[in-house]
Amino acid sequence: MSTPARRRAVIAGVATSDYPHLPDFSEHAVHAQAAERALADAGLNWADVDGLATTGFFPMYATGVAEYLGLHPTYYDETNAGGASFEVLVEHAADAIEAGVAEVVLVTYGSVQLSQMGRRLGTGGGGGGGAMAPGPAIYDALWGNTLVGNYALAARRHMHEYGTTAEQLASVAVTMRRHAADNPMAQYRDPITVDDVLSSRLVADPLHKLDCCVISDGGAACVVTSAERAADLASTPVYVLGGAHATSHHLNLSAAADLTVSPAAQSGPLAFERAGITADDVDVAQLYDSFTITVVLTVEDLGFCAKGEGGPFVEEGGLAVGGKLPTNTDGGGLSACHPGMRGMFLIVEAVRQLRGHAGANQVPDASIAVAHGTGGMLSTGATLVLGREAP
Amino acid sequence: MSDGPAGGARPGDMRPLPAVAGERPPKPRPAPVPEPEAVEYWKAAHDGRLVIQRCDDCGQHQLYPRARCLRCGGPVSWVEASGRAVVYSYTVIRQNYARPFRDWIPYVVALVDLAEGPRVMTNIVGCDPEAVSVGMAVRARFEPVSDDAGIALFEPA
Repeated sequence: MSTPARRRAVIAGVATSDYPHLPDFSEHAVHAQAAERALADAGLNWADVDGLATTGFFPMYATGVAEYLGLHPTYYDETNAGGASFEVLVEHAADAIEAGVAEVVLVTYGSVQLSQMGRRLGTGGGGGGGAMAPGPAIYDALWGNTLVGNYALAARRHMHEYGTTAEQLASVAVTMRRHAADNPMAQYRDPITVDDVLSSRLVADPLHKLDCCVISDGGAACVVTSAERAADLASTPVYVLGGAHATSHHLNLSAAADLTVSPAAQSGPLAFERAGITADDVDVAQLYDSFTITVVLTVEDLGFCAKGEGGPFVEEGGLAVGGKLPTNTDGGGLSACHPGMRGMFLIVEAVRQLRGHAGANQVPDASIAVAHGTGGMLSTGATLVLGREAP
Repeated sequence: MSDGPAGGARPGDMRPLPAVAGERPPKPRPAPVPEPEAVEYWKAAHDGRLVIQRCDDCGQHQLYPRARCLRCGGPVSWVEASGRAVVYSYTVIRQNYARPFRDWIPYVVALVDLAEGPRVMTNIVGCDPEAVSVGMAVRARFEPVSDDAGIALFEPA
């Protein structure tokens, strides 16, 4: 069943909140600021919104955000896939628009984790919450692993199987910092070198401090609606061409079959097929960069290079503006902003690229963008393909 | 190499820390609250044995315990594992704010593949963290963490 052109889902507005440090904001106030800006960007009002999609760390989260914002949506969704959540929520919102069950879906994220929790998130626990780990998560939780340690295990295995080097991983952080230099809001903008990454302290071998994303406050939002509705708006719509998501395990890394393959290997090909594109068609990518290894796995799994060749791909400048796959043109989670679940920021930057609004890091004539979120302990992956032109 | 925290723990030796007069008591390793289907697993480790599930129909081994075989859906029974394994991947944890682990830094967290197949999260103990490598042969040793539960740690075979 093909969607009539007028019902095709588009993103009509995007925005971030202020970031990276919001000591005077509540979490919900961050949602409100991002949402208000995204609606203004779309040229829509609060009264136009009939759908809300968001997620956070307690149940009935979307309901709570709707209450705070004074919305009474008849479509809501709070699917939680960790860092991949917002690619899933926009995929779902696009389905709802195309099915005709919603007209204007606001997708928002807000976090004040830096102000509330400080910088201990990645190395604060027994791994998955120690003895308080939920259900089967207990089986990996008693050995003092950390969030960073889980990604370090993946990095070590990738090094073992494919000869990936610490220098190659470090080059991801170097490129993200170069992009962040042109983002006035980025948390860190001073240039760094591979040696700077390798001489930053080891947090969990082989990952150094600068292999890890920053910890920030911040939020972002987008507005999903139909092509028909967007035609009446002053803003430039971007088409949701396709999306897909996958999961390989929850919190137990021991349950992952192969640490050198992320769920992107499932979600990527499905999303590309649904969008009618191949990896070669992609002009710009926004890839979840919780850690440098996350990006190496993702470029391989989405098919931008062969499995095992992610190290050379990133080392040879593949992620830089002007490279094979300009990636995280806002500086990414490694340098610009990582407020817990970064997925919404990926979509905002992808849309800005397709509109030609990405500033100094604009990729010339970008027409196809991919946003890919990775959540949990490499547990979830969600791929969203966006396009400047109607499919 | 660090001399380790007060009390004399050496790198690679994640034993319960001794109490030091005048300081707050050391925090023990976290202990599980065994779920009904896992009582036997945790109790066996308490008693110094590693048990895993084996499918009655297809013979596949699995951990952690589930209601059915993940491969064929068949019923499962407990069998004792050899305790032999090889390191699939590892990391040396050098930053963890949580007690008691912060007192053991640096220590090794690893995924090891049991000779019977299942992969488990563990610590590699009994050697310098720098001596651990992918593919290294290891064997289980056990540490009680409560009256009805123990955990399997691994040391060089």
